[in-house]
Amino acid sequence: MTRKKRRLVVLLACGVALGSAAALTLSAFSDTMTFFVAPSEIATKAPRNGREFRMGGLVEAGSLVRATTDGKPSARFRVGDGGGSVDVTYVGILPDLFREGQGIVALGAMQKDGTFRASEVLAKHDETYMPKDVADALKKSGRWNPSEGPPPPAATWNTLAASPAKEGG
Amino acid sequence: MIPELGHFALALAVAIAVGQAALPLWGAYRRDARLIAAAPALAIGQFIALATAFGCLIWSSVTDDFSVRNIAENSHSLKPLLYKITGVWGDHEGSILLWCFILAICGAAVATFGRNLPSSLRARVIGVLGATACGFELFALLASNPFLRLWPPPIDGRDMNPLLQDPGLAFHPPILYIGYVGFAVPFAFAVAALLEGRIDAAWGRWVRPWTLGAWCCLTGGIALGSWWSYYILGWGGFWFWDPVENASLLPWLTGTALLHSAIVVEKREALKTWTVLLAIGTFSLSLSGTFLVRSGILNSVHSFANDPTRGVFILGLLALVIGGSLLLFAFRAPVLASSGLFAPISREGALVLNNILLCSIAAVVITGTMYPLFADLLFGQKISVGAPFFNATVLPLAVPVFGAMSIGPVLSWKRAALGPALIRLWWAALAALAVGLIASLRARALPALCFGASAWMIFGALAELVERIRLFRVPFRGSIARLAGLPRATYGAMLAHAGLGVTIAGIAGMSLAADTISLVKPGDAVQLAGYEFRLLDLRDGLGSNYTSRIADVRVSRDGREIATLSPSRRTFTTQTMTTTEAAIHTNGIRDLYVVLGDERDGAAVLRLHDNTFAPWIWFGALIMAAGGGLSLLDRRLRIGAPVRASRVLAAAE
Repeated sequence: MTRKKRRLVVLLACGVALGSAAALTLSAFSDTMTFFVAPSEIATKAPRNGREFRMGGLVEAGSLVRATTDGKPSARFRVGDGGGSVDVTYVGILPDLFREGQGIVALGAMQKDGTFRASEVLAKHDETYMPKDVADALKKSGRWNPSEGPPPPAATWNTLAASPAKEGG
Repeated sequence: MIPELGHFALALAVAIAVGQAALPLWGAYRRDARLIAAAPALAIGQFIALATAFGCLIWSSVTDDFSVRNIAENSHSLKPLLYKITGVWGDHEGSILLWCFILAICGAAVATFGRNLPSSLRARVIGVLGATACGFELFALLASNPFLRLWPPPIDGRDMNPLLQDPGLAFHPPILYIGYVGFAVPFAFAVAALLEGRIDAAWGRWVRPWTLGAWCCLTGGIALGSWWSYYILGWGGFWFWDPVENASLLPWLTGTALLHSAIVVEKREALKTWTVLLAIGTFSLSLSGTFLVRSGILNSVHSFANDPTRGVFILGLLALVIGGSLLLFAFRAPVLASSGLFAPISREGALVLNNILLCSIAAVVITGTMYPLFADLLFGQKISVGAPFFNATVLPLAVPVFGAMSIGPVLSWKRAALGPALIRLWWAALAALAVGLIASLRARALPALCFGASAWMIFGALAELVERIRLFRVPFRGSIARLAGLPRATYGAMLAHAGLGVTIAGIAGMSLAADTISLVKPGDAVQLAGYEFRLLDLRDGLGSNYTSRIADVRVSRDGREIATLSPSRRTFTTQTMTTTEAAIHTNGIRDLYVVLGDERDGAAVLRLHDNTFAPWIWFGALIMAAGGGLSLLDRRLRIGAPVRASRVLAAAE
């Protein structure tokens, strides 16, 4: 086998590997990508076909109701970003950092009755953290102005969230 | 006083780093023997300065000096001593200092153990390490100084994030960082080789042990991190495909490729430019891994110690190091001509295939990790790419790697035939097929395939051993003699390959895991996978800086008691934060995993998992790291063999 031919084989192998990597990536993107939708955009942007998406905002103060469904713990609460809010139902253990007023991100799908059924609820491990998507949603809805300073620490989110909750309804 | 001493030592380290970067590189360029000889002394001076700085920070933390801002914000007088020490690297400033300190250790190690290197190459390697250290120490000094004072000092500190107060995470960062930063040495070797314009087999031999060492630590660090998230986050999973985790996986993938391509440089003097590029790429990924995540650019669920305000400095530094080295590569790479020729079906060919596939996997993981960032910047879309994406893309690319892993080592160098190699592996193939078929009775298709692949890797490694000692083909005594005569690097490679097999079996086993969530009153029981979990009691406990709520759960099977597990929830008083302590009973093959949730109406929420093969995930990683360590002990890498090789080459020229 000549030098040229060998080089061709190596190049071909590279092409096949990278090509299949690209093909896999593209096909997986179209199947598995999950979009983030803020509570205020749910009416217009949320996928309706039962496809899962991520939704994040602050848990409205006083909205959390814990219950038991089929011997399993469940919870119902409202998540809002100031511009709108949505009812969320979740069966399972809420994360340790889940608290009213805390920013959360939930993965799930819209139900026919207009509630969001979460399959996963994430709260950040680090207490001083506000999920980036939540921060953006808050900025967009005018609840938090970054030029006025850093996001308030999580301990004060309770009071921060209480006011939009009252205004919102 | 002590913090000021540390502050001064850090400033001194920056000054030494400037000298360490400038003098040896200039000396090697001008062939000035005196400047070249200064390199080791500077590297060791750098090490001493940073060791002092780091020691001062630990001292301040242990003595509860809350006038230091960093310690006031991250420590507390009631914190156990262990976490006062390990807490030093739990926050942003301290972890950057640790990063710099490990880089200094690498420089000092090259100075100490690199006596058999040609002096100009050693000077250049140390110089490149110095230049890198200079940038990051400057960052530590100017933008994230851990020694800044606070006035007035608070009476007590704000305490560390309770999730970090855990032995697993106490040692995870240093090990992971040694892995990340360790790749700075192959990087420095690559840049030095570009400056010298020469790469030979000896270069490959010098680079190998440093790459191996870094790779072992990175493997251990990733495994420790994944184990920590398994047992402390209490969600029962072990890998989240989160940007932080991907950031550590990327240099591991390219580092593994580098490990293998360096063999080709060493044995066959081929793939030189590619190896240099891989060394640069691996360290670049390590750098971006540590710092992109910390700069807050990538959105992660479990990153600690990040601070977006300092992102610009870091980005500039990254651009300088990565861009500079790639530019140098573009200019100088054509100088490095390869000489070794090989056929596509040969040991080299298999190693090239390994490289291509590992880099394709790395490319896919980069795309998945970075795409949300670009989608947000370019299209204003908020997207997340999660586990389904990575499972769908990484696995199909990994399967050929698994397949080639057992075949490659039995191929001969230069030119080989696939047929005889496959015949030698027939019983490994049979075993893999059998395991895959048995697994397909219980598991779905994909996990069954993975079980088969893991058996293929484990038995493939065994078959290679059998082949090498010519078991049953020469008299038994001869086989034993061959067994003793095999180089340690060969054993190391087999062990590492088998270790990956064990890990893959563990990961595939997670698909058989069962879990349930249940509201249980004391005295009641829950059934899961044939086990009975009976909640005996709920009680309160008291720790040094937390209070806890503990559940006692008795696990039995067919009336026979197996274990009593005590999962708990800890409430940390200073940070008003609750953490979940999962209780795990393992028998080496399966984990019984119990998490205590919240309580209501006298009943407690329990989440129960039965994770088959889960311990194998970390056990396999341990085997891999041990295999790497064994290779590191190989005679060839320890003894002054490189000198001989370079002399032979010099004679040949």
